[in-house]
Amino acid sequence: MARIAGVDLPNDKRVLIALTYIFGIGLSTSRRLLEESGINPDIRTRDLSDAEVARLRQWIDRYLRVEGALRTEIAMNVKRLMDIGSYRGMRHRRGLPSRGQRTHTNARTKKGPRRAIAGKKKATKK
Amino acid sequence: MARSIRKGPFVQEALLLKVSKMESEGEKKVIKTWSRASTILPEFVGFTFAVHNGNKFIPVYCTENMVGHKLGEFSPTRIFRGHSGKLVDKKAKPS
Repeated sequence: MARIAGVDLPNDKRVLIALTYIFGIGLSTSRRLLEESGINPDIRTRDLSDAEVARLRQWIDRYLRVEGALRTEIAMNVKRLMDIGSYRGMRHRRGLPSRGQRTHTNARTKKGPRRAIAGKKKATKK
Repeated sequence: MARSIRKGPFVQEALLLKVSKMESEGEKKVIKTWSRASTILPEFVGFTFAVHNGNKFIPVYCTENMVGHKLGEFSPTRIFRGHSGKLVDKKAKPS
């Protein structure tokens, strides 16, 4: 099993797909990576040679920020927004969307599961 | 969509003038402004602006981290005091 950037890649998937299991690598990055390191995207992870795995690792180390480092970067960016007291930082603190989306309805991804509000009447259908 | 780089950052002319004047004179006063849309330039670091929020002027002290943001981002226009009938407000109030 190929282990890259601290993540085990699924053996039975095509490398193109398997690489997207790494946080910070999506389909388009994966495609570019394989093309530039000259590896056939259609072969399965288990069929990768050690040299190929090493090549992938090298490429990722050189050009990408993945997994922990990427998560830290994101957290730092959010923290900066909160520290300077900006509107976006305030929205992050409150756990609300920060790009002007409506919150009357929806916004469930940020707000999490619905919480019942005591004393609120249910809208009745006619 | 982000603003075109060709145009450069937007700053109200009058505001820029005031800052450069204060810079050359070496004095530091609070600059009252309604121009919430003005970008904070590196030259603004260290100055305090009183940014209008539609009701009153909120003092905004510009730090290096704020460069590139708009003045209005630091002068909230809405105050959320919680919903009616909600006894326990778990969320922290904006400070």
